[in-house]
Amino acid sequence: MSSIIHGAGAATTTLSTFNSIDSKILVAPSRTNLSVRSQRYIVAGSDASKKNFGSGLRVRHSQKLIPNAVATKEADTSVSTGHELLLFEALQEGLEEEMDRDPHVCVMGEDVGHYGGSYKVTKGLADKFGDLRVLDTPICENAFTGMGIGAAMTGLRPVIEGMNMGFLLLAFNQISNNCGMLHYTSGGQFTIPVVIRGPGGVGRQLGAEHSQRLESYFQSIPGIQMVACSTPYNAKGLMKAAIRSENPVILFEHVLLYNLKEKIPDEDYICNLEEAEMVRPGEHITILTYSRMRYHVMQAAKTLVNKGYDPEVIDIRSLKPFDLHTIGNSVKKTHRVLIVEECMRTGGIGASLTAAINENFHDYLDAPVMCLSSQDVPTPYAGTLEEWTVVQPAQIVTAVEQLCQ
Amino acid sequence: MAIWFARSKNLVSSLRHNLNLSAILNKCDYSPRPIFFTTTSQLSTTSFLSPVASLRHESTAVETQADHLVQQIDEDDGQELDFPGGKVGYTSEMKFIPESSSRRIPCYRILNEDGRIIPDSDFIPVSEKLAVRMYEQMATLQVMDHIFYEAQRQGRISFYLTSVGEEAINIASAAALSPDDVVLPQYREPGVLLWRGFTLEEFANQCFGNKADYGKGRQMPIHYGSNRLNYFTISSPIATQLPQAAGVGYSLKMDKKNACAVTFIGDGGTSEGDFHAGLNFAAVMEAPVVFICRNNGWAISTHISEQFRSDGIVVKGQAYGIRSIRVDGNDALAVYSAVRSAREMAVTEQRPVLIEAMTYRVGHHSTSDDSTKYRAADEIQYWKMSRNPVNRFRKWVEDNGWWSEEDESKLRSNARKQLLQAIQAAEKWEKQPLTELFNDVYDVKPKNLEEQELGLKELVEKQPQDYPPGFHV
Repeated sequence: MSSIIHGAGAATTTLSTFNSIDSKILVAPSRTNLSVRSQRYIVAGSDASKKNFGSGLRVRHSQKLIPNAVATKEADTSVSTGHELLLFEALQEGLEEEMDRDPHVCVMGEDVGHYGGSYKVTKGLADKFGDLRVLDTPICENAFTGMGIGAAMTGLRPVIEGMNMGFLLLAFNQISNNCGMLHYTSGGQFTIPVVIRGPGGVGRQLGAEHSQRLESYFQSIPGIQMVACSTPYNAKGLMKAAIRSENPVILFEHVLLYNLKEKIPDEDYICNLEEAEMVRPGEHITILTYSRMRYHVMQAAKTLVNKGYDPEVIDIRSLKPFDLHTIGNSVKKTHRVLIVEECMRTGGIGASLTAAINENFHDYLDAPVMCLSSQDVPTPYAGTLEEWTVVQPAQIVTAVEQLCQ
Repeated sequence: MAIWFARSKNLVSSLRHNLNLSAILNKCDYSPRPIFFTTTSQLSTTSFLSPVASLRHESTAVETQADHLVQQIDEDDGQELDFPGGKVGYTSEMKFIPESSSRRIPCYRILNEDGRIIPDSDFIPVSEKLAVRMYEQMATLQVMDHIFYEAQRQGRISFYLTSVGEEAINIASAAALSPDDVVLPQYREPGVLLWRGFTLEEFANQCFGNKADYGKGRQMPIHYGSNRLNYFTISSPIATQLPQAAGVGYSLKMDKKNACAVTFIGDGGTSEGDFHAGLNFAAVMEAPVVFICRNNGWAISTHISEQFRSDGIVVKGQAYGIRSIRVDGNDALAVYSAVRSAREMAVTEQRPVLIEAMTYRVGHHSTSDDSTKYRAADEIQYWKMSRNPVNRFRKWVEDNGWWSEEDESKLRSNARKQLLQAIQAAEKWEKQPLTELFNDVYDVKPKNLEEQELGLKELVEKQPQDYPPGFHV
């Protein structure tokens, strides 16, 4: 056990001391909390072996929480209206609403039709809209991505689903050379309003090939936008905004977050594609994160608050371009930055974000920007190994303590 | 091996068939089907019994049929097996489908080399007006290719790619389509754009990447595109347009438009995965797409014998469930008829169609290539002079009294003059300003690009002497 941790710990960032026991203790209490329907927020499955974790309620410290950065109605304060659903249902709702609203929106991918999608995001849509508009394709990612691009250039608005984000590596040619470029190289004559979405990330013991973090590879492609959803509220909002956008948008979902439950507004809303979400305002340190790591950060934040720290947690949501406005304001306030991501150390979103912050806000920093990422290893299958490739709340706590010395 | 023997019910009869042992074994015929001896030189039935593998196999006249699949079904018991995908007959005779048939798929041809229509030809008649326009465009394309090629050699443009030898495919296919048909080219089909109304000036502007270029100077020369003329902007990677064509077909199918997608690919491009995927998808979606493969024998320096081992591309259509035809690509009338028919089939029956147009790439692959390095100069010369599609069509048009020597010289000199003027004008036309470097990456410029643009602008304004003259913000 200790050798594994040592190996894992040594590879992760700057932490020299690392107490494995701490994280184990941290994990256990979160699970027992599930049975208590309290106001505590619950972390979504930091234990990778758990297949179906319970509902994840968002934090309800109403006096401290500022609703997210969208200039729409406040979702969390209106507890009476709204309806509760799981994240994958929120995605489906967003998709269905957009398909109702605009007949040009269509869905294509493997098993998205009557099977409803491998994570059930497109469930019921084929029955409602027909199997031409919700199209089951043969297995060739480059082909159906290319197909989506061709259809988009002729006026449709396809939502292309990769069964797993990792498979979209096969579509890299179409995404990079055509999706991102054709608007530019055609001199603006053709637009490509596609949405490419799918589950990615680590956590279901799916092995290395199914645990890819494609945001690292795609972030350089000019012409595309990338967003990552993390809650049912922003999942639906980002899905709708992505579909309405004229640019190609890649929407990153996470395999472990599909069963998160939250109450979302009944009325129509979208989330701005380029905005970050303020999860927890604070004074001492800015913690930037996205997707599943948000929940690890919030769990760590609980511990940190108990220890007397006041972290500001921002879910960056927009991976390309970065919302440097929100991030910058936060850095100017706290002067310390910790980035927590699931990408690998080399060339990940964290690496780019570190560079961007150092370049733009260097004068405001009291400490070097610290980035916690996964190690540069293929994701192993074994549950314990897999867990240690992902940044754990204990590491986050230690990092904050180190930065705030 | 033992297991195989145990399972085979008709082992004895099959052995007998394979090994010509009827004289030796007792005939225990389990079925009423005719017994015959299999294999010709082309069939490769294997024998599990190595000691007798050297026995010669006799052939039958039946084997000369091209379609062995049909033959298989003819001779079966009349019983069928149920499998996912439907019923399939079975045979106890182990026979492999040969890798190639004894006879290559013939190509469809109307005009002979002398420009005379072959008697009893099956084709769609072409009016004088259409024929003359087709010829004019083919000749204009020739002049355009020649002049632009020379311009590149003079250093006026950086790159060019000719369609010499493929004028009939370019023009005749375009003539057979409706303006609503969406064209997704590879890069050797400027004739389609020419037919649709792209002017010589517009071609020149794109090659020079000047301010009037619709592509705004963002793509290499010959990467034309026009949404107005339904011609998708050319993207350099090979075959990426094929799945996109399936997508266009899908879109047109959804809109129930009287139009199809037409996409071009070369012989080399059919090796790409996207070729397989695009055809498969179009077939499954029942999308109205016409795939036109220009089999011109060469993919830069790779001859088709090194590109695939099948009988060209036409035989691949059936593998995807796609109707296909092989056409003499240097015969303008044949190309016209085939594409016209394919287009009608695609739209009315909502299905993809594959056309393999046989031709020869007379020019080099591009201005970056010298094809005499890998092929014989007299081979090129032969195709240029004796198998020239433009000359062939000209003969036919002239024989009909629709074209004269005078028309010819007038057309060519006018085209040449117009092109030279277009090049001169395009050359002088100013290039895109700096702002176009950052526009159209997204619909609205995001903050990071705004910053980058500002940074570059400041740099240029501070040190204008470091930047080319005429480079302005």
